[in-house]
Amino acid sequence: MSGLNMDTVKAKNGINWLKYASPKTFYPLAGRLIPWFSAGAFLLIAYGLYLGLLVAPTDFQQGEGYRIIFVHVPAAWFSMFLYLLMAGYAVLGLVLNAKLSYMMAKAIAPTGAMFTLAALVTGSFWGKPMWGAWWVWDARLTSELILLFLYIGYFSLQSAIDDTNRADKASAILAIVGAINVPIIYFSVKWWNTLHQGASVSLTKAPAMAAIMLQGMLVMALGFWLYSVAVIFARVRCEILERDNKAALLRQEI
Amino acid sequence: MGFLNQSRQLVADNLSIARGDRLLFKYLSFSLDNGSVLHLEGQNGSGKTSLLRTICGLSKPLEGTISWCGDSTDVLAEDFFQQLLYIGHLPGIKEELSAIENLEFSLTLAGLKSEQASIRNVLEELGLKRCMDLPSRYLSQGQKKRVALARLWLQTSPLWVLDEPFTALDVSAVDMLKQRVEDFASQGGIVIMTTHQALQMQVPDLVRLRLNS
Amino acid sequence: MASIQQGSRLSTFAVLYRILARDILVAMRRQSDVAAVFFFFVIAASLFPLGSGADPKLLSSMAPSVLWVTALLSCMLSLSRLFASDFSDGTLEQMLISSQPLILVVLAKTFAHWILSGLPLVIIAPFIGLQFNLASESLQVLALSLFIGTLALSLIGSVGAALTLGLRGAGVLIAILVLPLYIPVLVFGAGAVTATTIGMSPQGALSLLGAILALSLVFAPLAASIALKIALE
Repeated sequence: MSGLNMDTVKAKNGINWLKYASPKTFYPLAGRLIPWFSAGAFLLIAYGLYLGLLVAPTDFQQGEGYRIIFVHVPAAWFSMFLYLLMAGYAVLGLVLNAKLSYMMAKAIAPTGAMFTLAALVTGSFWGKPMWGAWWVWDARLTSELILLFLYIGYFSLQSAIDDTNRADKASAILAIVGAINVPIIYFSVKWWNTLHQGASVSLTKAPAMAAIMLQGMLVMALGFWLYSVAVIFARVRCEILERDNKAALLRQEI
Repeated sequence: MGFLNQSRQLVADNLSIARGDRLLFKYLSFSLDNGSVLHLEGQNGSGKTSLLRTICGLSKPLEGTISWCGDSTDVLAEDFFQQLLYIGHLPGIKEELSAIENLEFSLTLAGLKSEQASIRNVLEELGLKRCMDLPSRYLSQGQKKRVALARLWLQTSPLWVLDEPFTALDVSAVDMLKQRVEDFASQGGIVIMTTHQALQMQVPDLVRLRLNS
Repeated sequence: MASIQQGSRLSTFAVLYRILARDILVAMRRQSDVAAVFFFFVIAASLFPLGSGADPKLLSSMAPSVLWVTALLSCMLSLSRLFASDFSDGTLEQMLISSQPLILVVLAKTFAHWILSGLPLVIIAPFIGLQFNLASESLQVLALSLFIGTLALSLIGSVGAALTLGLRGAGVLIAILVLPLYIPVLVFGAGAVTATTIGMSPQGALSLLGAILALSLVFAPLAASIALKIALE
């Protein structure tokens, strides 16, 4: 005996739009928060630059050039941190099947890549007066370069897949695989450095840290954090709008 | 046949399926018991293939569940797959391998030992005596389809999901397939198939379902 | 027609062996694919001396890197074929809903890929190494490092192949995704050979390479299976 009741109206309240409900509450909330984060970021970064460029003392060995570490070091921290955060959201997305998590991961990537690029460029500017070369294959810079490749891979995969669903999940897998590899890559680069250059050429020897320098970098880091939140939220809102456009078609048919 | 007569049931509950951003259908429910044959009809693009793939577990529905013998197919995973025989649009055979080698591999995937003799017998009955040892690239579409369908005579799965099984078949093959489905159903098997043509079948329970786009 | 016989069941190992054998059989019948990897390696490796001059000292110092990078690229070029052919004729679909856990199917296919793309390199590389003026001890380490390393490359690469299944431009895309992940394998593999050429023991590098292989064995088939399911949804 078989039953067939396609037309029977079920007691359920239609399709579970929980997947879209989170973005729906997130959208206005993020909208309210962005101006605050932007203002805070502006202030903190300005203060941090002030500390770094004007207040911190001139270094005995490296002169004024070292000041670039106030951008270089926090940028490097964030390039790494944001990648791990992206991978974290990827895990959430796969486990909870929550669209918002996937959107967050997708929104984090460009900012993370930007910080990676910033770290590479500032690292290059730091190295030029010290070593006379625009690029030095030291362990930290090389790892940053590979991190940039990982970000590029993430973007490339995202843009190559048309179907949003598949793009979300596939890039989530890639982000997680990349995150697992990050410590391995970092370790192998360090090992490679010691094998080929003996005493490692290192840009990471920041001048002996006066308290003021550490303070400057932390302020910059905090400023970068607020900036990241503001920019990522703005991006997620854009993403929500884009997807909502497509979802509207679905809703019309229910 | 005792094995097929064991009580089984496939239940779809409140299925809503989308492809890409297009909703295909919503709130579809049905249940099939031993001897049921479900004829799925509808135009191209109405979601027949998507429904079949969702039943097989290749796609996930937007909403709803599918259960086999009381347990969700999501949870059962390989245990469900073991009892499922799916023949889709694509022939599922490799061009470099002969018909026999392809069927041996299909049986391997089903975890079954294969006997050349029984495979040869079936292929002969299906009219492929002269080409069963050739690489499959030399077979016509119709012949490839018959190789793909040969699994229906070689495997022991109680649930069949067939996507347009009659395409590319000539009249005699159509008759053989129809007969096979009827025999299978009367022994207690469950069949879900898409058809373009309205087909008459002598089975314990024939269900027609039409999807509108 | 005879009714269905209920066949006796195969052990998991037998199933995996048959999947592996089938992949190798198919590749053998195609022939061109297997040979292509081989020829690419030989030709590409000889481009380096042509590009930099044939000073024996220079060659032997760059040999570990050249040979390893060329091997890595050769492996990578054949990755898109790992799942693509099965995807287009519908056999991959059947594997996803077979009674065998997908992870094991992927493992068997990856192993077959290694036998077809990695193992030939292990055999030919020492001979090319001679062209680069490497000592026999280094050649042995080269072969051993490639033996372990190319298997890791096939495993890691299978994830890239699964993620990019059916996409336009999958070939280049796989390279972008997979090459950064290949870097640790390259570092330790070439590093082992370099260590040998400068008189150090390759033990450390080789064991690290082995560790990466072990990690890949555990994680790669899992990631690739998930990626395959996503690709076929």
